[in-house]
Parts: sequence; structure tokens; C-alpha cells
Amino acid sequence: MDLLRLATAGSVDDGKSTLIGRLLYDSKSIFEDQLASIEATSASRGDEHTNLALLTDGLRAEREQGITIDVAHRYFATPHRKFIIADTPGHIQYTRNMVTGASTADLAIVLIDARKGILEQSRRHSFIANLLRIPHLVLAVNKMDLVDYDQDVFLEIKAEYSQFATRLEVPDLTFIPISALHGDNVVDRSANMDWYRGATLLHHLEEVHIASDRNLVDVRFPVQYVVRPQSTEHHDYRGYAGTVSGGVLKPGDEVMVLPSGFTTRIASIDTADGPVEEAFAPMSVTITLEDDLDVSRGDMICRPHNQPAVSQDVEAMVCWMSEQTRLTAGSKLAIKHTTRWARAMVKEFRYRLDINSLHRQEDADSLSLNEIGRVRLRTTQPLLADDYHRNRSTGSFILVDETTNVTVGAGMIVSAE
Amino acid sequence: MKTQLSHIALLEAEAIHIVREVAAEFERPVMLFSGGKDSIVMLHLAVKAFAPAPVPFPIMHVDTGHNFDEVIEFRDRRVAETGVKLIVASVQDAIDAGRVVEETGPRASRNRLQTTALLDAIEEHRFDALFGGARRDEEKARAKERIFSFRDEFGQWDPKGQRPELWNLYNGRHKPGEHMRVFPISNWTELDIWHYIRDDEVEVPSVYYAHRRPVFNRDGMWLGVTPYIELMPGEEAEERMVRFRTIGDATCTGAVDSSATDIHLVIEEVAATRITERGATRADDRTTEAAMEDRKKEGYF
Repeated sequence: MDLLRLATAGSVDDGKSTLIGRLLYDSKSIFEDQLASIEATSASRGDEHTNLALLTDGLRAEREQGITIDVAHRYFATPHRKFIIADTPGHIQYTRNMVTGASTADLAIVLIDARKGILEQSRRHSFIANLLRIPHLVLAVNKMDLVDYDQDVFLEIKAEYSQFATRLEVPDLTFIPISALHGDNVVDRSANMDWYRGATLLHHLEEVHIASDRNLVDVRFPVQYVVRPQSTEHHDYRGYAGTVSGGVLKPGDEVMVLPSGFTTRIASIDTADGPVEEAFAPMSVTITLEDDLDVSRGDMICRPHNQPAVSQDVEAMVCWMSEQTRLTAGSKLAIKHTTRWARAMVKEFRYRLDINSLHRQEDADSLSLNEIGRVRLRTTQPLLADDYHRNRSTGSFILVDETTNVTVGAGMIVSAE
Repeated sequence: MKTQLSHIALLEAEAIHIVREVAAEFERPVMLFSGGKDSIVMLHLAVKAFAPAPVPFPIMHVDTGHNFDEVIEFRDRRVAETGVKLIVASVQDAIDAGRVVEETGPRASRNRLQTTALLDAIEEHRFDALFGGARRDEEKARAKERIFSFRDEFGQWDPKGQRPELWNLYNGRHKPGEHMRVFPISNWTELDIWHYIRDDEVEVPSVYYAHRRPVFNRDGMWLGVTPYIELMPGEEAEERMVRFRTIGDATCTGAVDSSATDIHLVIEEVAATRITERGATRADDRTTEAAMEDRKKEGYF
């Protein structure tokens, strides 16, 4: 059984939490005591239906205000697949949490209220999903029950969104008309929309092909931890533990260690369950090398003829997430890229992106909370980096405020040289 | 060439990555160990993360003194087998030192007093990272918590001010006196834990399997008869075939009727059950709808 990570995004009141509640409820992943608890709460609040959103709105303030504040993770399984859902808030000041929830997603569901059509937030969320290179996007047109299950409403939204999506690079886009409240086309096919011939949402989630989304070409192994037992039994053992970020590694492969540039061969790929014949993303393994080299955390093992850039200068798109500060030319921050920490300075502020029109605002000179733009960074140590579109792991970084230690930026490398 | 990992293999790889990241970036990590199945799996993952080297940090048991004998025996055996260093933070010591006042009466529980013992131990040992075996599927407030979860100098969690957490780039930066709680098995469900226990042949205390034990019924839960708990009028002890789905303080952890005497039967039972493990067995979560959120804000794990 494999695993699909999905993120849901939408505007306030689009019914994300209700949709997730419906997926859990109809796939029988809700427990009786959870249902009893939300039935009681719904009744005491005078809700017309059992409010399935209460399942995911876990914090006191969320239940009181009827909004989703933070990313909630939910789990369910069908006989085909296991699912991890990151339910992310649509409320504008919590957009940074969508980035948090969506950064590792295989698939994003953007919810649209059929009555309201495509809003600023829908565009913003679609753009973020695209920026984060989530390979599969589902546009779920919700609340079809409130527009009399009218096919024309669905087709209009589909046409308008398709027009907008031509400016994005979405490899796989699917439109599904649903009613999360009543369950139409969520798990079971809708009797109210016989004009829709496509898959139900759950069926699509079960079948979407994710196996080829990973990079199995470029060997990238950021060294995370050096394993040295220093015991009599394993006196000379020196293993490099880490998570494979790309490619396929095999014992005997010629490899290069960056930034030193020394080459050697892989002696063995070890796990606690014994050596393995190959390792690929995202396996956690320990590699031993044939030669005794000086390798430490933050170094990268790759192939001699397929290396990442080794550079202190990177061009990147940054999503800014700080409420207190702005990102501008001259900003100094801590940066974490793979297993390496360094300091970074913004050398040039290129432009801010208007999320609605996707226009570059080249006269802008800073980013504030929830804004996205392109900058040129100079780092104190070279980053061993790839373009984000080539590898989501070696192409991403976080920026951390050195005074507060809070994560304030999410970066995606456009080019490193 | 098969280059797709099963969901259990993916969860294991993610957890090992997190455990190594903490060992690499923190000066004084410690792993909380209750003797429950989640902390047993977490310790098992830590052993695997550093093999063939030993686990490079100690484990800590926050001990209410109200234990199941089987669990303490199990704990001490695991410590001997792994060679890991064990620290015990004792609630009894905190009571004796006058740091906390024990609840009295038949519903007395030391569950809440654990927070003081835990925070005292963090200060004493100057721990900067504490691994916890919490899972997001357990409870609504936990579903919202980051894998690296920041705690201020009072050990408090601020659910509305959590740091964004992106890709697998964890930010453990903190000032002296502050610390991180780290949850490597955040993304595992109860069933994932049991599948892993089966596949990796992980040993768990015998109380997780069905056995005969004297119990009494309180608020619809079977509680074990122990020296630490008084029976109220009308409550009567009887022997039943039960097992525990969670293990915590013996005074507030309930058993369920069960005939699941081995791992395969437990998996069948868990897969078929319609009640969450905390709903079925934890009196401490029943107090209010936001009971867990309130305790976590105070520094509970």
C-alpha cells in the first residue's frame, strides 16, 4: 500500500473542513466517540446538520470562531491507499500555513464555492500550489447543491479557471463538481449530477499516479549525521547517515563528495535491518565509502558527472511569512538548506509578484507577510543546490530570523550558479 | 526496479530522519519513554537511526509512581538490552519536596502532576530537545502540532504562534532556557504502530494483549484494581478478559474487553474498532472538549 500526501486549500467558508469530515465519514474513518462529540456540539450550537468541520477544527478558538486557524493533519486509508491530509486555512493571515501544509504534498485540492466562483484566495492558493510544484491539482467546485446542481455553473467556473491556469504550469489538473455537505461526488457518485462523467474525488485520489513524481535521475545524498560507533566490534566503522534526496545509489557506484570534490566508491549502503542493494528517495540509510575521506554534516554525495551547483549566490522565489519584519535588499537571515545552516544576505530585490494578475511589480522593494517575490541571495557558505523545479528537496530552503529564531521565509531556488 | 516505498517504510524513513536531525543539531536531547507502545516504537526507531552505534542520548521516564508492574519490568529490560541511559523524573519526589500537592479522594490522579516533574527535570538537566511519542491522529489539539514544537522558558505551547514547518527543513533554533518538543511519529496512526510492531517484531509489555485481570467499572471504563485507587460505593471488582490500548498512569488508563491474545488478533481488533483509543481508555481526556489543548499549553506532553 502506498501513501498520498494531499493538501486542501480554499477561502473561508468554502467548506474545506466539511469536505475532509465527509471523506473521513464516508470512508468510515471516523470513530463513534468523535461523531458523538461533534453531534453534541452541533446540537448545542443549533447547527442544522451535524457539523463535520468540528472534526478538524481542534483548537478552542477555532470552534468558537468557526474558522480554521492552523494546519490540521488527518489520516485515513482505503484498501488502495493511505492518505495524509493537511487541512490548511484559507483565512488570509494564515496563508503561510498553507505553504507549511502544502510543501510536501503530492496533490492539492483547491475548493471553490460554486456560488462565488473564483476569488482572490483561490488564485493565491493555486499559485502557491504551483510555486511549490505540487504535481497534481484538483479543483473541487463545492456547494453544487446551492446552485441546483447546475452544469452551466460548473462549466463557467471550469472555463474561467482554465484561462487562469494557462499562466501556471500545472502538469495535471482535474475538475470535480461536489457537495461536501451532502456527499455528492466525494466518495459516492452523485445522483443529482448525472451530467458529470468523471471520477468521484475519492476515486481520483486513489488512482492518481504518483510513482514517477520523484527524481530518480540525479543522485543527491546530503550527509545528515556521521555514525562512528567507537566500539571494539565496529572499531573502524564510519558511516554517513542521511535521507536520499534524488537518484538511485548502489554499492560500487563512483561518487563525488561536495564541496571537497574528492571521488571514491560506495562500499555499502547500510540500514539497521542489514545492507541494501540500492537506495532511492526518500529512504533513510547509512553509506560507507571505500576511501577514508573527511566528510561531515552538510556535505553532499553525488555522481562525478551529475553535480548540483556549488554556489554562494542563488536566485530564488521567496514566500515571506513574518508578521513583524519585511524582506528587503540588505536583509540578513539564517538559512537552512538540506542539512546545512549558513547566513544569507539579500543582495538584490528583483520584484514582488501580484498574486492575482501574476504581474511582476518591479518597482516594489520589499515583501511583507504572505507576499511572494524574487530575490538574489549571497550566503556565507556555498549551498549544494539544484533548481527547485528539478528537485523539491535540494531546491528548497528556509529563512530564519536570527533574533527571534522564527522561520520567516520559504525559498525555492530558481537558479544557482 | 521497484522504487516505491510502502507507507510504513515511508513513515519509518521520515521518523529516522527527524531523530537524526535532532541528534545532529541539539546539545542535550532526551527521549521521553513511558513504556507505552508509541514510546517503545520511537525508541526502536532511535536504535535503528544510529546503528551500529548506540543511541547518543538518554531516555527519561516521567514516573507517577502508579505503574503497571509489567511495564516497569519491561522498561528496565529494554534499557539493559539497548544500553541506553535511563533518567527517572519522579512525581513522588515532587510531592515529597512539596513542589506539588497530591489530589485526594477516589478520583485522585497524578496525571496532571507529571507536568511539574517534567518541567523540573528539563531545568535540572538543561534539556534542549525532548522527543515525544505523540501522534496527530490521537487527539484534535495534537493534530495541529508541528513535528518540531517550540516551548518557551515556562514550557508552554502557543498553538496560535507556531513556526511554519516546510519540507523536511526543521528549525530547532531556540534561546537558552527554551526547548523543542519533537514528535518523530506524528504521522503514524494507531494501526500503523501495530503494523510496524508486527512487521519489525517489536516487543511490547504483556498488558497490551488480552489477559485476565481484576477490574472495576467507572464511567463506562474498565479500570484495573491497584493499590493506588480507591473503589467508590457501588463499584465492585471482578475478573475479566481485557487488554490495554494505551498505557499511562494506572489510575486513569482504562482497559477494554478483548480476546486479542496476540499481535495478529490485536491488529484485527484495532482495524475493526469504532472508538478512538483515548476516547475508550483515557479518563484524563474526558474532562472537557479542550482538555488536551489546555494541558499542552501548560507544558504537558
